[in-house]
Order: sequence, then C-alpha cells, then structure tokens
Amino acid sequence: MSAFITFALVVLVFIVIYQIGKASEYSGVIRGEEKVKAQTNRVLAVLLLLLFPLGCWGIWECNAMFEGRLLPVAACRTGVNYDSMFMWTTRVCGVVFFLTQGILFWFCFKYQSTDKRTSFFFAHNNKLELLWTTIPAIAMAGLVAIGLKNWYDVTSPAPPDATVVEVMGKQFNWMVRYPGKDNELGKRDFRKINDANNVMGLDWSDPHNMDDIIVQNGELHVVVNKPVKLLINSRDVIHDVGLPHFRMKMDAVPGITTTLWFIPTITTDSMKQITKNPDFVYEIACDQLCGKGHYSMRGTVIVQTQAEYDKWMAGQQTYYASNNPSTAPATDSTKAPKADSLKKEVTMK
Amino acid sequence: MNNGEIIIEGPNVAHGAEAATDHHGHEHHEQHFVWKYIFSQDHKIISRQFMVTGIIWAIIGALFSVFFRLQLGFPDSTFPILEKFLGEWAKGGKLSPEFYYALVTMHGTILVFFVLTAGLSGTFANLLIPFQVGARDMASPFMNMLSYWFFFAASILMFASLFVETGPASGGWTTYPPLSALKEASLGSGVGMDLWLLGMALFVVSSLLGGLNYITTILNMRTKGMTMTRMPLTCWALLFTAVLGVLSFPVLFSGVVLLIFDRNLGTSFYLSEIFIGGKALPHIGGSAILYQHLFWFLGHPEVYIIMLPGMGMASEVLSTHSRKPIFGYFAMIISLVGITLLAFVVWAHHMFVTGMSPFLGSIFVLLTLLIAVPSAVKVFNWITTIWRGNLRFNPPMLFALGFVSLFISGGLTGIYLGNSAIDIHLHDTYFVVAHFHIVMGVSAFFGMFAGTYHWFPKMFGRFMNNTLGYIHFFITFVGAYLIFWPMHYEGIAGMPRRYYDYSAWESFKHFQGVNSFISIMATIVFFAQLLFVVNFFTSIWRGRKVTVKNPWGSPTLEWTTPINPGHGNWEGEIPEVYRWPYDYKDDGHGNDFIPQTTPLRPGEESH
Repeated sequence: MSAFITFALVVLVFIVIYQIGKASEYSGVIRGEEKVKAQTNRVLAVLLLLLFPLGCWGIWECNAMFEGRLLPVAACRTGVNYDSMFMWTTRVCGVVFFLTQGILFWFCFKYQSTDKRTSFFFAHNNKLELLWTTIPAIAMAGLVAIGLKNWYDVTSPAPPDATVVEVMGKQFNWMVRYPGKDNELGKRDFRKINDANNVMGLDWSDPHNMDDIIVQNGELHVVVNKPVKLLINSRDVIHDVGLPHFRMKMDAVPGITTTLWFIPTITTDSMKQITKNPDFVYEIACDQLCGKGHYSMRGTVIVQTQAEYDKWMAGQQTYYASNNPSTAPATDSTKAPKADSLKKEVTMK
Repeated sequence: MNNGEIIIEGPNVAHGAEAATDHHGHEHHEQHFVWKYIFSQDHKIISRQFMVTGIIWAIIGALFSVFFRLQLGFPDSTFPILEKFLGEWAKGGKLSPEFYYALVTMHGTILVFFVLTAGLSGTFANLLIPFQVGARDMASPFMNMLSYWFFFAASILMFASLFVETGPASGGWTTYPPLSALKEASLGSGVGMDLWLLGMALFVVSSLLGGLNYITTILNMRTKGMTMTRMPLTCWALLFTAVLGVLSFPVLFSGVVLLIFDRNLGTSFYLSEIFIGGKALPHIGGSAILYQHLFWFLGHPEVYIIMLPGMGMASEVLSTHSRKPIFGYFAMIISLVGITLLAFVVWAHHMFVTGMSPFLGSIFVLLTLLIAVPSAVKVFNWITTIWRGNLRFNPPMLFALGFVSLFISGGLTGIYLGNSAIDIHLHDTYFVVAHFHIVMGVSAFFGMFAGTYHWFPKMFGRFMNNTLGYIHFFITFVGAYLIFWPMHYEGIAGMPRRYYDYSAWESFKHFQGVNSFISIMATIVFFAQLLFVVNFFTSIWRGRKVTVKNPWGSPTLEWTTPINPGHGNWEGEIPEVYRWPYDYKDDGHGNDFIPQTTPLRPGEESH
C-alpha cells in the first residue's frame, strides 16, 4: 500500500511540474514572448552566477565534513612523498579549477543578452592560442617530472635485505606465506593445490618448503623500519593487494608474479595513538572485482617491532607440520628450529 | 513498391541535385508504415530510432544505478519494492551480492556502449552529418539501416541476459578474465556472460557499419562549396569519433572473440595456472593481462568516442546562443586531431598497477598527460567564445555551459589519475568513479542534452518545453556535483569501488553517512531525468510548433531545410556553400548572422 502511495505521489509531482511547464509556455505567449524571454534570461543569468559561490560554499562544507576522516599520515616513506605530490597536484589543479569555473559563470552573467548588446566578432587570435597551449604544456611537464621521480622510486627494485613474503589471493581471502628459518620460499605448483592440506600448492619435493609458514587469515606481519617485499600471486581470478595506508597497490594475477616493496615506518600500536582509534588496523583491501565476495576480501597488516615480530613468529607452526602431525617431529623439536630462525633474523639485522 | 530502390538512387552524390529533383515528382506517394518508420533507410528516421532506443536503455541503466545505490546508501534496510522488480535477486527487499555486481556491470555496459556510444553517435551523426554537410542522405542508407538493426539485435541479447537464471554478466563492464572466463568463478560468468559477449560482438558490427558510413559521407558527399574547413565543428567531431570507433572497435572484437574461445572451446589465451572450484584447470601459458591490453585499446578511445560528439555539439551550441563565432575554429580542429591521435596511445594508463614495466608506464604517463594540452585549448576556446557574446540562456545553452563546467572538473581529476605515481593509490577507488562519471558520464550527457534541446526542432518540427528544461538542468547540474564531488574524498581515503558493503571495514565504514547522502541525491537526479523523458515524448506531439525554418538564427545548412524535411532533405537543389559556419556578424539587413549559403559580399574576405 505504501509503495502504491509513493508511486502515486511521484506521478502526481510529475504531473504538477509538467503542468507548470505547460502553463508557463502559454502564459509566455499571452504576455508577449519577447518580454518573457528577456525576463527569463535575466533570471537565469543571476542563477548561473549564483552557482559559483554556491559551489564554493559546497566545496568548503565538504572539506569540513571530511576533515580528519580521511587517511592518517602515510605509514611509509614513499607514502609521505605520495601525499606531498598529491598536494602539489591539487594546488595546480585547484588554481585552474577556481579560475576557469569562476570566469565561466562570471561571463554568463556579464555577457547575458540584452537589447543593447551586440556580440563582438572575435574569431581567432594566434597569440592567445599559443599562450594557452604552452602554459598547460609547461605545467604538465612539471607534474610529469615529479610523477616519474616518484614512480621510479616506488617501482625500483627492493633492497637486497628486504624480507620476502608471498601474498596469494583466492576467492575470497588472502593467504600469506613466510619463508621460515631458511629464509627461502620453496617452489609451488598450482596442480598440487588441495584445499584440505596444500592451499598454495607447495611442492614437497623442495626442501625449502618444509619450514614455510602459511597464515590463512590474511594477516601480514611486518617489522617496522625494515623493508618488506611482497611476491603477489593469485590462485584463481585477478585480485589486487590494496594498501591504502601505505599508498600502495598491486594486482594479483594468476600465472604471473608481481611484486611491491615498502618500508613501514609506523607500528600499528603507534598508529592507534596517532588516530586516537583503539580499533585502528592497517587493512588490505581487494581492489580488483573478483566475484561475489569481493567486498569482504579483507586482510590486515600488522606492523610491529622486531621483538614482537619474533615472538609472533616463534608461535607459528610450519605449514607442513600443521598438516602432517603424524610425520612431523614432536612439538618440542619444532620449536627448536624456530629458535634457530629467530637467531638468524637477529644476526641478519 | 520498392522503397529501397528509391532511396538508394535518391541521395546520389555527383548529380545529386538533378537526380533528386527528377524523382521528386514520383516520390510523394505514401510509404507503408513499416518502410517509413521501422525498416527505414532515411537518416532522420534512423537517428530517431537510435535516440528512442538510447532513451529506453538510459532509463534501464540509470534505474539499475538507483537500485545498487540503495544497497550502498542503506545496507541495513530492506526495500520490498526491489523484490517486485527483481524477484529472487532481491529476496526480502535486499539485493544479493551476485545481483549487486550484475547491476553494476550492466549499468556500466548499458551506459557506456548502448547509450553514450550508440545512442549518442547514432542519433547525432545520423541526424547532423547529412544535414550539415549538405547531403541528401548517408553514403549507404542500407548499411545505415543495418547499423541500427545490428544495434537492436545487440540490445535484444543484452536485454535477454537480464532474465537468464544465473543472472547477467557480473564481472564489471570491463569483464576481466579469468573472472569472466570461468563459470566456476561467479554466477554471472554463466550464460549471462555468453550473451554479453555475443551482444558486444554484434554491437561492434553495428558501430563499424555506422562509422564507415559517417566517414564516407563526410569525406565524399559534401555539397558544392562545403570544403572541409567550412564544416561545422559537430561534423569534425563526429568524423573523428567515427575514425576512433572504426580503428579501435575491431580490437575489442578480437578480445571478445578470444574470450568466447577461452570460455567455450578450451583455449588458453587469457588463462594460466588456475585452481578453482576444487580443481586445477589444464590451462597454462595464457595471460590475463593480454585481455586488458585488448580491452583498453578500445576502452580508452571509447571514452573519446563518448566525449567528442559532446564537444562538437557544445561548440556549435555555445557559438549559436552566444551569437558569436566559435573562438579558434582551426585550433578546435587541431585539438580534435591531437586528442584523436593521443587516444590511441594511452590505453595502458588503465593498467598501471598490473605489474607493468615501470619504463613502459612512464611512457604512458607522458602521453596521457599530453592530452591535457588539447583539452585545455578547447576549454579556453569555449570560454573565449562566450566572452563578449550576447548570451541567450535557453536549455541547450545551459547544458552546453554545464558541459564546459563538468568537463573542466572531470578533466582536472584526470591529471591525477594519468600520473602513475598518483594513480597507484587512487586506482580502482571512488576517485576513479567520480572522475569518469563527471567527465565521460555526466559531461557527455550534458553534451547530448544540449544537442537534443538544440536540434529537437529539426528532428520533430516542435520545441521542447523550456521551463521543464530549466528545471531539468538545475537539478541535474547541482545534483551531479553533489553526487560525485564527495566521492573524490572517499577515493582519496582509499575506499575501493565495486564493494557491496563497507560496514566490516575499519578504514571505510565511517563513510556510511556520505554514501546515504549520495544515494538520496542519485535518486532525485534519476527522477529529474524522467522529467526530460516526459518532456521529450510529449513534445513530439504536443510541443510548441516551429514556425520558421531557422528558429535559433544559425548559419549552418540544416536550418535551410524545410521545417519538416522529407526524403532528400532539401526540396529542389542542395544549396551551395560560400562561407564558414560561424559568421555571426551583421549581414546588413538587421540579422546578426550570415547563413553559409550567402555568397561573400564584394570585398569581403572569407574566414
């Protein structure tokens, strides 16, 4: 019933507006078309002029509304550069935006048709064309220069001491593989994938795999101020590792390994204080439509100190051990190599 | 009677004038309804067919956006009315995620291809090219008719896909494989996807038939005196639109065909090392990225296919209603050439985060940002066109001014996204959604509205209602900014596009209020568009009649035809052209313009 009333109301509003439109047409004819036209033109010129200050006010309000609700300070060096470049681009574009829009709506008002006015025949002027070809070209050259500097910085090869971690997407979650004590990720083969006991398709004939650790809840643990390099992959369709707090993003494509690296500079705990949000967490958002669960394909990045990281790592079981409890050495002995890997990490540092 | 024969020999080029007068005597007998309005070969009727089909598609596409905006704006509410429309897909009044994605996909597909490509180019290229270059019809009226009917067939397939059991395609309008290639990956990758691909294949055929016709007509069928540099900018824009389409749509076609092979014939063009649905697939060696290259090789020119007609029409409308020549006619043509050439070499800026070579990426950055130069030239020329003009604010003029404003706003955000370093973070966020909706969605629509209000008198011999036009303009213009401006901020905050629900995300859940606001605005703007539709259809029969041949006082050729032009457009000979199309100056008889058909006065220099 309520649906019917809504529908009837909408139709009614339409009929009313339509009738107003029609009536204004007839009344225009009765009152003298030229006179009405001139009057309408004046009203519209004022309305168009008003659009500009109204728009500026709207932008102001919108800025105020989003103030403090956007992302906190970038949590890596390249991210900080990113924000600075973004601001510079915004300054350049902002000037152009307000100038051109302001002039556009001002001209609408200034040059509205009147009885007295005749238009000025002004068909071309090469100097002007040259002027507004070169100025944008120079501005673009500047933006390209800053852009490419940052682009090559972000896409440069990772430093050799970077921790290498593999991130694999699947419908609809992230799996993270850590190399374990030997610091080397073993071989994979998608034909060996098995949801029961080999989610990433590790090749057990490769001894490097035996100590690899797979975290299936999408938690990516990284050490603050230490470069981390992600090897990104997908098991089924294209996903994308989106790291908004690090201003980073990279597609996960089946059959192709992509990489990205960064140096996290702010731990999750510090960020909780910076944002004054006790629930703050760095999130990994899937940024490439991957199916019905795309919106829930969430991972997290836990940036922690070396000590916290080591402690966490020590509590992890190798993927092999967790799936082969019978063949794996007893719990005690699994802990022993863990301690080893711990030492190794420390010495590496 | 044989209708085809008459039309094919009617609009002849070389001896067009004589031939037309010759057969005028026996052409007046009434055609059967079917030949006159359905299987018509007359460019004016075909233009109307494209327009009406486009409007129907636009309503469907826009309605879909209202449906999924309800989910985004009010994820915790139910809307029983949705169940009435969508049945099982919205059980209990809440969209299922699968169908949410199907709606998003179809919204994009419908508006990009069926409305803003076929509906826009199909309508105005067909209507304006023969009129403005002085031809009796298209180069091949029969191919022109086929172009519409292939579009119609594509429409049927696409429409039918809405009703299949597994739902229509749901992999986004870009339909990236493997998601779109594997039935196991998503419900929408079932029969719906096959229909989508076949529909697109037919659509490409339609676009090619149309495009070849437009190019041929412009190059070969201009009337006497109509040199290329005396053509209105609309024709120039439509020419380059057609060139873009003819050269890039075949690449999409190949991409689509390979995808059909991968889906149905077991090939591995796009597939490699995939484990899905509990088993490893045999495909090895394909590249999912290859599809993206093929898709965007069309996909990027496509945005200019959408933009250029609007640019051309806005130029024409701004000039006419400012009573002032377009500023920098040649600069406008050169910038169109620049945009057209660059359009082919920037496609990979959609793929900066696919892991492409950084060096390759930098080349695409450079080429992409170069487009800002011709675009800036156009904007400054439009602004200079209205400078010291004598502006008449009727609906076409308002929409043309709105077009310029939106083009500036959307163009500037393109500078962010074209710069790969900035694109990394903004890629696939709401910033992108805001950018392309403003620049190629709303702005292109504004160009289309400007054209519709401006040439409606030529199409139907009546005016559209002005008051409704004004209401339509202000709601749409303000509404569009209210919808898309806040989206930029959400994108800067990293909020990904194509999410069904943000409530589980610590980083994005606080934008719920903004999302609700956007949804409410989108619904209001949707109803304002219905106002336009009502205005359009009632004005066809009830609108104020046009009483003079040239109601806007425009120098171009279409206004020298009778108010309701018949077959062949001009009674008698096609007029000869003596001057450029923007001679808005005193003609010595109290008019502020000189038609193209007026010979140069003694001592007067041509433009």
